[in-house]
Amino acid sequence: MSGGGLNGRTAIVGIGATEFSQAAGRSETRLATEAILAALADAGLSTADVDGLVSYTIDPVEETELVRALGIPEIGWSSRVPYGGAGSQGVLLHAAAAVASGVANVVVAYRAVRARSGARRFGAARAGGATSSHSGTTAGQWCAPFGVLTPASWMALNATRYMHTFGVSSEDLGRAVVGLRDFAATNPAARFYGRPITLDDHQASRWIAEPAIRLFDCCQETDGAVALVVTAADRARDTPAPVTIAVAAAAALAGQEVATDHYSPDLSVMTGSTALARRLFDQTGIQRGDLDLLMVYDAFTPMLFMQLEGLGFCGPGEAKDLIASGALARGGSLPANTNGGLIGEGYIHGLNLTTEAVRQLRGTAANQLDRAELALVSASRTGVILARA
Amino acid sequence: MVDTITAMDALTHPVPAVTEDNAFFWRAAGQGRLVAQRCAACGLLRHPPAVGCPACHCLDHDVVELSGRGQVYSYALLHHPRSPRFRYPVVAVLVDLEEGVRVVSNLVDVDPADIRVGLPVEVAFEPTDDEELAVPVFRPRTGTARTGTARGGAGATDGDAR
Ligand SMILES: [Zn+2]
Repeated sequence: MSGGGLNGRTAIVGIGATEFSQAAGRSETRLATEAILAALADAGLSTADVDGLVSYTIDPVEETELVRALGIPEIGWSSRVPYGGAGSQGVLLHAAAAVASGVANVVVAYRAVRARSGARRFGAARAGGATSSHSGTTAGQWCAPFGVLTPASWMALNATRYMHTFGVSSEDLGRAVVGLRDFAATNPAARFYGRPITLDDHQASRWIAEPAIRLFDCCQETDGAVALVVTAADRARDTPAPVTIAVAAAAALAGQEVATDHYSPDLSVMTGSTALARRLFDQTGIQRGDLDLLMVYDAFTPMLFMQLEGLGFCGPGEAKDLIASGALARGGSLPANTNGGLIGEGYIHGLNLTTEAVRQLRGTAANQLDRAELALVSASRTGVILARA
Repeated sequence: MVDTITAMDALTHPVPAVTEDNAFFWRAAGQGRLVAQRCAACGLLRHPPAVGCPACHCLDHDVVELSGRGQVYSYALLHHPRSPRFRYPVVAVLVDLEEGVRVVSNLVDVDPADIRVGLPVEVAFEPTDDEELAVPVFRPRTGTARTGTARGGAGATDGDAR
């Protein structure tokens, strides 16, 4: 039983973040250090307690630099997770597995980016090499010679087919963005704090990749860092505000790439999310109806739609109806991305979705839900279900 | 409204990232051939190339020429951001070839209003900065009627049999 050995045995005990900005003015290593110190302070722990580190394969921060700057005396375990943002929740799986197995006692998971001001803007057009910064893929080499150079362009090829298959329009997508921007408008940490939009605003935003992705369908390239501290459930009981990791899982199917998959027979269905859902729900007994909050990786609006369907929150092609019903918006029956999501709050490569789930379960979110006992965070290939401790 | 994008407009494509496992594909394109790997044991065609057959684990393969005929499986008109190496919008397509493999490519010689899922296409080749290497691109198949202008909507004709 996948994840069964992890169920409830570990907890997130601390979260930390820098400000989210367009120009941090300091290095990724500095940003990571700030976020980690904040997360440890939040947990009531010190750097001397830390003996494990995990991040993304494409994170630019060197572990040795972090350890030197933080004064961590001894690291017993470290790891990195491939698949870029789709692998983002994998850092929780790795941390939970390390703690549950006993090879580490306190693991810090972190991600630091200068996606906007750095030497390489995340959404910039750039030629690809044979591999993509150890992200776990070689797919970019088949795209770059054709000018398919950005995550939005990779995703649009899948999204156009999805929209064709199920009759989804740009307006359908726009309704979701209006909801995300509504949450962001009342989240002071969000890029779009105080800036809600209408559907007309969405429809007036310029095409990035027609007919699937407009400017307002795109996550915001962001500078910043996020860190989370994971330890054993029994030790977590001595910390101020623990949140239980009910289950963490990953599902990478043959042929899938970082953000997309251009070669599976039917690209209108996100099969990786379906496999992830099997591990999160079917193998744990947790029901979708038990959830109070969804945090779903929304780098681009079509990914949100396809993931909702792949995860089984509605049938194929029905995400547009679920969105239009208002169920996922403020005041809905299953609110999603209450921080504004990656589209509304900012893009710390998916890990700021996890910190929002922790805040909701602690009762400290900017857009606090009345009831928040159980939350799913999904990055399509990796996911975690968190529970109020 | 965008004018018809023609092959004549295309700039030279950037040189692909050539590896010992993929060089055959780009070199064949440089000779005007669209090719794919075929498992020496079970005959499974595969693209992108792989070092072994996922079906039978045979590590030997042939390289076979494909018909170059297929249909648009999906597409996107890429507007932003812009690289000086391309003309915009870049018309990106996924083409399902008759033989059953799919490639990422560009559509040329087409009015963007005519682009649709299921459009029959045929291969053409455009140069890269390396004169020995080319990239396979696609254009609407000659003699096929340009029916409808649906783009992405459910009403578009889909002749795809996958
Ligand atoms: Zn074979």
